[in-house]
Amino acid sequence: MEVYLLHLFNSLSLGSILLMIGLGLAITFGLMGVINMAHGEFIMVGAYSTYVVQKTFMDYLPKSWFDSYFIVSLPIAFVMAALFGYLLERVLIRHLYNRPLDSLLATWGVGLMLQQLARTIFGAPNVAVTSPAWLDGGLTVMEGLVMPYKRLFIIAMVIITLTSMWYYIYRSAAGRRMRAVMQNRNMASCMGISTRRVDAMTFAIGSGVAGLAGSALTLIGPIGPSIGTYYIVDSFMVVVLGGVGKLIGTIFGAFGIGFANTVFEAWSTASIGKVLVFLCIVAFLQWRPTGFVKMRSRSLDS
Amino acid sequence: MEVILDKKRSKQRMIFYGFALLFLVVMPFVLSEFRLDLLTKFLAYALVAIGVDLIWGYTGILSLGQGVFFGLGAYCFAMYLKLESTGGKLPDFMEWSGVTSLPWWWKMFGYAPIAIILAILIPVLLAWFLGAVTFRNRIKGAYFSILTQALVIIVYTLFIGQQGYTGGTNGITNFFTVFGFSLMDPDVKLVIYFITVAFVVLAYVLCRRLVNSRFGNVLQAVRDGENRLRFFGYNPATYQTFVFCVSAALSAIGGMLFVLNVGIISPSMMYIVPSIEMVLWVAIGGRGTLIGAIVGAVLINSAKSLFSEAYPDQWSYFLGLLFVVVVVFLPQGLYGWLKQRSASWKWMNRSVKKEVALDESVIGAPSGASDR
Amino acid sequence: MNKLWKRIAIGVSALALVFAAGCSSETGVSGDTVKVGILHSLSGTMAISEVSVKDSEMMAIDEINAAGGVLGKKIEPVVEDGASDWPTFTEKAKKLISQDKVATVFGCWTSSSRKAVLPVFESLKGLLWYPVQYEGLESSPNIFYTGATTNQQIIPAVDFLLEKKLTKFYLLGSDYVFPRTANKIIKEQLKNAGATTVAEEYIPLGNTDFNTIIAKIKETKPDVVFNTLNGDSNVAFFKQLKDAGIGPDTLKTMSVSVAEEEVRGIGPAYLTGHYVSWNYYQTTDTPENTKFVAAYKAKYGAERVTSDPVEAGYDAVYLWKAAVEKAGSFEVDKVREAAKGIEFKAPEGTVKIDGDNQHIYKKVRIGEIQADGMIKEVWSTPDVVKPDPYLKSYSWAASLSSN
Repeated sequence: MEVYLLHLFNSLSLGSILLMIGLGLAITFGLMGVINMAHGEFIMVGAYSTYVVQKTFMDYLPKSWFDSYFIVSLPIAFVMAALFGYLLERVLIRHLYNRPLDSLLATWGVGLMLQQLARTIFGAPNVAVTSPAWLDGGLTVMEGLVMPYKRLFIIAMVIITLTSMWYYIYRSAAGRRMRAVMQNRNMASCMGISTRRVDAMTFAIGSGVAGLAGSALTLIGPIGPSIGTYYIVDSFMVVVLGGVGKLIGTIFGAFGIGFANTVFEAWSTASIGKVLVFLCIVAFLQWRPTGFVKMRSRSLDS
Repeated sequence: MEVILDKKRSKQRMIFYGFALLFLVVMPFVLSEFRLDLLTKFLAYALVAIGVDLIWGYTGILSLGQGVFFGLGAYCFAMYLKLESTGGKLPDFMEWSGVTSLPWWWKMFGYAPIAIILAILIPVLLAWFLGAVTFRNRIKGAYFSILTQALVIIVYTLFIGQQGYTGGTNGITNFFTVFGFSLMDPDVKLVIYFITVAFVVLAYVLCRRLVNSRFGNVLQAVRDGENRLRFFGYNPATYQTFVFCVSAALSAIGGMLFVLNVGIISPSMMYIVPSIEMVLWVAIGGRGTLIGAIVGAVLINSAKSLFSEAYPDQWSYFLGLLFVVVVVFLPQGLYGWLKQRSASWKWMNRSVKKEVALDESVIGAPSGASDR
Repeated sequence: MNKLWKRIAIGVSALALVFAAGCSSETGVSGDTVKVGILHSLSGTMAISEVSVKDSEMMAIDEINAAGGVLGKKIEPVVEDGASDWPTFTEKAKKLISQDKVATVFGCWTSSSRKAVLPVFESLKGLLWYPVQYEGLESSPNIFYTGATTNQQIIPAVDFLLEKKLTKFYLLGSDYVFPRTANKIIKEQLKNAGATTVAEEYIPLGNTDFNTIIAKIKETKPDVVFNTLNGDSNVAFFKQLKDAGIGPDTLKTMSVSVAEEEVRGIGPAYLTGHYVSWNYYQTTDTPENTKFVAAYKAKYGAERVTSDPVEAGYDAVYLWKAAVEKAGSFEVDKVREAAKGIEFKAPEGTVKIDGDNQHIYKKVRIGEIQADGMIKEVWSTPDVVKPDPYLKSYSWAASLSSN
């Protein structure tokens, strides 16, 4: 019994991590249609920001403050990644809006450079982030079922991020402008919306969310120059499986993959599990060619 | 876009072909053994690039899984080479992995003709199966690209997991002869070089005929207006599947020549990075132009080798910058840019102007952009 | 249109020139310098480990040059990037040997990269110094192995655990050749000792989620996890292991790919109390090591740490120097002949090259990770251990290799 509960919790946890890394892409790729291969590197930017914040706390601030570093690092990671995203949009992406597949190639080059930049600044070896003491340990639900606080924290973080994103996109004036631009750029422009500004802001927010994910990932994973490459494919799978353009689809994609991965891996081995998950993705896309949730559109060629 | 073929143009074309062939023939006498080795490798890549160009540049389908076909072709041929070097006995990696006898399907690869046929057949069948299902379901654009990425992950993970049969992460290496000739002998290397050149020339000529034919026009129509084509009563899926198979075959041949030249194939060649790089060669060389694909493959890989030799710690910056600059500022690639430039210099030449206008209507027009 | 073809012709000729420029070949030994190759991954996923080894090799070269060089010649390192990709390693190895004509090459980390360059070194008659512990079952005449083979790291580690009455082993590794081969050996050894393997699990390289694996560990209740994970997976595994409430007080782990460098990247808090097995630690108490650590920190920064592969890379350069001086020549065959039985006072203690298999006699040390990120030696072999890559001296290992 508790084994099943444990697996259920694990799939929930893996799903929340996948959702965290996919959410940023759900905006930049899902809404804007930019195939951003540097998304993984934005996650890396968030992770390194957390490292820098931790180091600053360690070196310059009283020891008793140390445990609060993580809370401070979250907004900083968001801002740093958003800044990088903003720059990337202004310099590069805005030339590529009607060439989505070219954005893939150009951002690939950007990813290469960002990795090398991290290597130049922080050195090639991994750096360590020690998580705050209040996230150590876990909640013991019953014998054999411990829910680590870090995992619970990430689940909570995803819920908060998701809610604020939903609010921003669907309930705020800025979000309405954003949706207007994404749906019909020319029309929105005619209505007096500065599409350039909206584009840049949207891309920055998407990148910022990736930075947030990077910060969360420092709790459970490595921090090094090439960590982006571990997450990039997964995040695309999440967004595509769920269906481009709808947040609800991304949620489905993340938890679907999280669940499938945990079940297959528990039942076979990690390698076979991975193969099965991706086979399922291929089969699923045959059944629903545009993902789980469809964007309704009247245009034939979109 | 090759509608206009006046006499003058074809004469210039011949001159260019002459130059290109001369270049390829002279190279072995100019280059050191190592550089010639590299050129052979890049020409093997050029075959892959032609395939990518057919499917992406002409038909508008971005496959990020060409590395899989490349790898499958390479693996099949490497299996033959491995068995030749062990004399049909158990390869070394099987021994480490606890496989005690050669599986029957490995034995098949001990015969060169079978190995070569399978090296092409297996990738083509995989492409056919995937294409037939996927294109019929009208999966396109980024969805198809992501789907091919999933294929990459599947094949890569499988090959690593089955260490006893595939050599795991190591891949297949440590063979020294082909058909009894030493792979390290400079003369044999020269022969391999010319074989590679022959394949590239052959592929170029055949693909040129293909894209200039009526069939090629349909391909470009698939790219520029799939639905319009469907209304005319064509079934785009058939065409897409066929081209996908052709590009898989070209990748597989490229893979075989790669193994012959480099002496190793490892799963890393089938992972995400090489597949994306293959697309970049074509993007930078010039999509929708076969010459562009070949030039791109050779040029980008030369740049990568030379950058990384000159600046082993920093070369990623240069390469990344090169990708960004070319993609953003030269959307039609180097070759497309040259073509455009030379056209604008000779703006009085009417036929050229007309041709460029035609070019742009297929390459740069916004109508094609949405599903490119 | 004429112009277009002309331009292409110019472009093509320029390309030809670039290529031709690369072929001005000169020999590696010229005037008062001798070229040597350094071939590690400086980019890609393996860079996290290999850059430090490159650094220590460069340091050894600088030290030797400052002391007058080898046979009166200064060493000129040619650094190449293997980019964590095995065919690239092949290309760069060919370049170093046939283009730069280097006297020797120091390099590689993963077994895969070594296997990839092995045919190149054997057919082009090059010489490679390989500085990392590995899975054994290899002895190429063109390679010197300055890291441990299995009987200098894994087998003593298992013996140590068995002595502690830990008999239920969970074998966890990354999915590649070293863990699979190592585990094959461990399983034989355990069978021979009457201990049990409760599970054997391989994780795709780069996987960073260990929830399910940890659930399986909890289910099978082993005494010890024998960990052959590589690189980034270690970070995720140890972080998540601790979160699941499993510490060294309840379950010991023995790692063979976690050294000071990795501890620094994971964070010592997650690792304190776990075991590792190596031949050298930064804390190893020899006068040579004190000097070595001080020099390394002075050169690359006080926060940097030394580790077993870093030290083995450093040793390799000095062993090569000693062999060259004994041979009085840079020629590969003469150097190889002269290298037999050569000794060097290394930071880990005196090491000696075995003439038969070109591995190194080394002391084995089991360590426990401390809260400050250093590793405390808790057990060691009394003397250096003779390398035995094919495990011929172990009767239970007879089935492992037919050579």
